[in-house]
Amino acid sequence: MIDRLDQIFVLLEHWLLGYLPASWQTPAGIVLSVVCIIGLYPALFAVATWLERKGVGRIQNRLGPNRVGPYGLLQPVADGIKSLTKEDIVPTSADAAVHFLAPIILVVTVFMGFAVLPMGRNMVLVDMDAGLLFYFAMGASTELSVFMAGWGSRNKYSLLGAMRAVAQMISYEVALLMSSVVIVMITGSLSLVKIVDAQNHYTYGLPHWFIFTPWGLAGFVMYAIAGTAETNRSPFDLPEGESELVAGYHTEYSGFKFALFFLGEYVAMFSISGLGTTLFLGGWTAPLAVLQWVPSWIWFFGKLFVSMCVFIWLRGTLPRLRQDQLMNFAWKLVLPMCLLNLFVAGLWRFMGEGWLRWVICSALLLLAYVVIGRTQMQREHYGPRSYRYAE
Amino acid sequence: MLGEGILKGLAETAKNFAGSFVSKERLTTIEYPEERLPLPEASRNFPFLVYDGEDWEKGLRCVACQICEKECPPKCIYIEKSKDKKPDYVGKLQVYPAKFDIDISVCMSCQICVEVCPFEAIKMDTEFELATDDRFGGLLLDRHQLAKSNEYYHKIHPTEAAEVDARLAEEKSKAGAKAKAAAEAAAAKAAVALAGAAPTAAKPAAAAADTPAKPNQGEPKA
Repeated sequence: MIDRLDQIFVLLEHWLLGYLPASWQTPAGIVLSVVCIIGLYPALFAVATWLERKGVGRIQNRLGPNRVGPYGLLQPVADGIKSLTKEDIVPTSADAAVHFLAPIILVVTVFMGFAVLPMGRNMVLVDMDAGLLFYFAMGASTELSVFMAGWGSRNKYSLLGAMRAVAQMISYEVALLMSSVVIVMITGSLSLVKIVDAQNHYTYGLPHWFIFTPWGLAGFVMYAIAGTAETNRSPFDLPEGESELVAGYHTEYSGFKFALFFLGEYVAMFSISGLGTTLFLGGWTAPLAVLQWVPSWIWFFGKLFVSMCVFIWLRGTLPRLRQDQLMNFAWKLVLPMCLLNLFVAGLWRFMGEGWLRWVICSALLLLAYVVIGRTQMQREHYGPRSYRYAE
Repeated sequence: MLGEGILKGLAETAKNFAGSFVSKERLTTIEYPEERLPLPEASRNFPFLVYDGEDWEKGLRCVACQICEKECPPKCIYIEKSKDKKPDYVGKLQVYPAKFDIDISVCMSCQICVEVCPFEAIKMDTEFELATDDRFGGLLLDRHQLAKSNEYYHKIHPTEAAEVDARLAEEKSKAGAKAKAAAEAAAAKAAVALAGAAPTAAKPAAAAADTPAKPNQGEPKA
């Protein structure tokens, strides 16, 4: 019974496909899964916008939306109707084709990432051997769409936003990859299914998630920072900084195209959280051995929910970084730490079992963190400002 | 250590998040249409016309002197004088506004009309929910819409209204005393001239009714 509940979606799909001739079953199965993914994540997006507005409201001691439906639950519906009925404006001097394609490319590439994410036991669309590589290839394409949006709009604010976005995303793409490479080093596989399987062991009832190792914890922190920056979320939301750039690269978008950008941002958050869950938090595995009877997909989406809450929490807490701070942070702290983490993961791999590797690896990472934090991240102290007046 | 501040900030926002569910005092906002904050006494937005008594048309203090119309910087007031006269609060016959329109889409709430009015007839209202779907007719208020009772004025600006009432009462008593004195003088004169010209007695009586309003119009408002 419990196994059935765990596999309910898989069984449901098999049951539905049973009505089709054998030669149709494979393509129909893929189409069915794709439709499920494309239907599910926008629904989660709607819930997430509500959650975000409520959460940020509570953080600021407000109530948040509470007019549309009970507790404002129908707010996403109202927002959706509003954006669908709004006029779609394309600036006269905009590059119409690029302007039109940008939001579509964003949404398509963001959704492509889900193809390789295992969302439960046996619940993965394509078990690709190079799944991680595929994911990052798709993730990197979002930069293209952001730049297309900024460039195609022919607007200074849009272009500035796009420039910022490209600078930021390329900087943090490196950190994102570097922090994930340690997982590949340890598991020896790029397949996300295999990576989850490698974490699906328990000692004394506790799971072997990679976050519970020194290099895994460091990697997770770096991944979280880089992931937040990759999805243009606060405090790294410079590309769309409202107070500076109107709305950044999507200044010239209205109506449904704007909604697509919004959707793309949130689905990218789900996607990056899903990958982080898969790599460091054991994917769909239970946090305790005794809880293994709970269906695997509940764990996956539960972890997704928690990471979304953390995203919202961070947004409600941190102010936006300045561009130079952003760059310094990426190149002076995150990247050196990631490089060191590669070394530490290697040490861990070849030092063998025992307490010694725990001590050495933790000490190395902690020391590096303190030293880099002290030397590189020191606030620059400027003296009193001196003015020179024109004669 | 690096990152300490972020953790502190996260703790602070978490405290706010949880606290807003526990204590209502934390919530800084109010549910507007259901709950309202009391308006401060000095609040004002658009002018209205004060009337005394029950009937708004009879009790209107405005005498259509048109000072406010002339002083109004954005020229949002339009007044037409009446042909006939009606008694004002001291009982003197005055013209009244046959038409008194204020276009509140033009009004800039400067209160100059209130400052210049010698009759305490125009005051500032606190009503702010004036949204309408008719942007021309809906925002052009006529004298009936503008007329609000003295009681209403007391309700929205109690101290100011009390001062105004005291001033008006003083003027009224002064006017009454003067009228009395004038009437006595006239009566004495009439008594002297009683023998010769009995029909002329009507004339000083009319003059007595005219005089008391004079200081009222001449003196600037205190």
